[in-house]
Amino acid sequence: MDWRRFSFIGLIIVILFGVVVLIGGEQVSPLIIISSMLATTITVATPLTLGALSGIFCERAGVVNIGIEGMMLAAAFFGWLASIYMNTIFEFNAAISLTVGVVMAIVSGGIFALLHAWLSIAFKVDQIIGGTVINILAVGITGFLNRQLFFEKGSIFGGNVPHAPGLLPSLSKSLTFLCGGEQGCFGLPDLISGSVFDQKPVAISAIVLVAVSHYVLFNTRWGLRTRAVGEHPKAADTVGINVNRMRYINVVIGGMFAGLAGAYFTLESVPSFEPLMTNGRGFISLAAMIFGNWTPFGAWAAALVFGASQALQINLQFFRESIPPNWAFLQQSYVVGLAPYILTMLILTGIIGKTTPPAADGQPYEK
Amino acid sequence: MQSAEEKQAPQGWKRIGRAIMDAALVPVLAIFSAIIVGGVVIAVVGGNPFAAYLGLIQGAYGSTKAWSETFVWATPYIFAGLAVALAFKGGLFNIGAEGQLAFGAVATAWVGYALPGMLGVELPAILHIPLAIGAGMLAGFLWAAIPGALRAYAGGSEVINTIMMNYIALNITSFLLNGPMKDNNPLNVIARTPEIAEGARIPVIFDGLRVHWGFPLALIVAFLVWYLLWKTTFGFEIRTVGANPDAAKYAGINYKRVIVLTMALSGLLAGLAGAVEVTGLNYRHELGFSIGYGYDAIAIALLGRTHPLGVVLASILFAGMRNGATRMQFLTQIPVDIISVIQALILLFVAADAIVRYIYRIKAKEDRLVLTRGWGG
Repeated sequence: MDWRRFSFIGLIIVILFGVVVLIGGEQVSPLIIISSMLATTITVATPLTLGALSGIFCERAGVVNIGIEGMMLAAAFFGWLASIYMNTIFEFNAAISLTVGVVMAIVSGGIFALLHAWLSIAFKVDQIIGGTVINILAVGITGFLNRQLFFEKGSIFGGNVPHAPGLLPSLSKSLTFLCGGEQGCFGLPDLISGSVFDQKPVAISAIVLVAVSHYVLFNTRWGLRTRAVGEHPKAADTVGINVNRMRYINVVIGGMFAGLAGAYFTLESVPSFEPLMTNGRGFISLAAMIFGNWTPFGAWAAALVFGASQALQINLQFFRESIPPNWAFLQQSYVVGLAPYILTMLILTGIIGKTTPPAADGQPYEK
Repeated sequence: MQSAEEKQAPQGWKRIGRAIMDAALVPVLAIFSAIIVGGVVIAVVGGNPFAAYLGLIQGAYGSTKAWSETFVWATPYIFAGLAVALAFKGGLFNIGAEGQLAFGAVATAWVGYALPGMLGVELPAILHIPLAIGAGMLAGFLWAAIPGALRAYAGGSEVINTIMMNYIALNITSFLLNGPMKDNNPLNVIARTPEIAEGARIPVIFDGLRVHWGFPLALIVAFLVWYLLWKTTFGFEIRTVGANPDAAKYAGINYKRVIVLTMALSGLLAGLAGAVEVTGLNYRHELGFSIGYGYDAIAIALLGRTHPLGVVLASILFAGMRNGATRMQFLTQIPVDIISVIQALILLFVAADAIVRYIYRIKAKEDRLVLTRGWGG
């Protein structure tokens, strides 16, 4: 990550925050707006961050994964299903049900990734086609099971959508507890620690996983081998690294990241499942991965930009009335909603500097 | 044994027949495998797969009316499938058929309902239908030219760009259909356009059946795409760029122009799908109608091995499944969504033809379909 890219990211975030401060600043203090924007940004960037990490592990090992969207969707469904099963059929309490749900989401992400790995490594299927197959399969399976299990008479839940066991709890209490005392954290005013750090488990683990992934990829033997397999598989093979085994494991790890991102949708964000609810987040995370030049911290920064543009849309809803007439287009949520997608396309054109994918990205390895 | 047959190469019709057999073998086995796996899924959720498939076939091909409805479904599938197939031939992956189709439908609907009012005259059908359809084609052409140009001149992957443009198209059409273009009939609460003028509607072929002249048009367009790809210089350029962009460059082909035009033509075909749905079937555009067509089109193009004839046959198969699914649900209470699972399985087996070849012990052929290539650096 060069300085140009980081300053571009900083600039975009400042602009997006600035728009909201300009519009709502007279009603609410700018400090509150900024901390609320920051909190929303971190929250909505969660699936993008995890999706980008998923892509990084797959592509650093040399497997293009465009199926992240489908893996997220499947994980969102199966995690949600598991938590409801635990809660209504086996009558466990909410905490256990939700935990099982998260585990199930991670596992199902891993299983879909295993299918992708199998297609692209064993059968050498064109990896973009293979990923598209995963996406279509996920839409089909989740749509079918959703209808079959919840909306058909005589199905296990009797045609009613059962009561969800709620959502994962916020961790702000335990964080405040960690730095000793009810009031404030790290000497910051309660306002900031109370809202910015008011995050839930998946969001927090996404940030932790960014650091962990960076360490694993660039400071461990495993990471070196992963990168070797993605850059020059033949050389890696010569020194005794099992190329295909490394690829299998890394793709499955990537799928588990996507699975955790899926858990965000149905267990942390809203307590329900809708067909197609991932809404392109898996694809945007690929753009974040590319813009971050296949590095965890770079991808996280890019994910925050997309998060900020979504936070703009969410926060503008509060201040709809005070949008000046010559900025009336900002009242249309459809117009503001375009921001992340247009940003993705701009970034991919490479106007902010070229990025370099791993050299063997997308190529099956043949001895 | 196989080599002995190959030594005396068959001639004429025999040769064509052999080629078709070879090309169709994997798709047919893929469909067969998907039907078996789908049957297992139906049995697992407690249904009777035989009853389900019987209902499906009856609903799809069991009567004149069933065939008519299947052709109605097949019409947009053929156009959209051709769109994706054409892009594949040029080495481009167009996941954006959905957005191009939606824009085509919006433009056609606008010309269909607003143009007579603006000109102050009632247009005759011979003028109004081509104008409306032409607007849809143009909208698709221009919308797809953007990712094409980004790919050719800025190196932006058309895979992600076309997906992003689907979401952008969805947002813009939501805005238009809820606002400026909304049907202002006081009874209407849906995001949809007003009905298009009588003169802009494609007539039905037989009284009492919904199949309209858009279906024959789709067959003609399939022939034209075949002609373009294999009988014209430009088609040769498309296929060369698709097969080997470096070779195309050294052969003096302006490959950037070819990339933009291939993508734009692909968008034109997808726009045509939307245009014909509006003028031939719905007589308006409604939000949410276009969702899912993009993925179906990819599945159809791959099942048809990116050949126009294959696309037509795959479209009629997929259309039959969508059409027959309602009767299947009525008879066996299996939700229509099972069709999406079966289609995904078909696509899985077609894409991973190595699996099919492995299961049925078919020797691999040399001419593998080259479809896409990575992020383009």
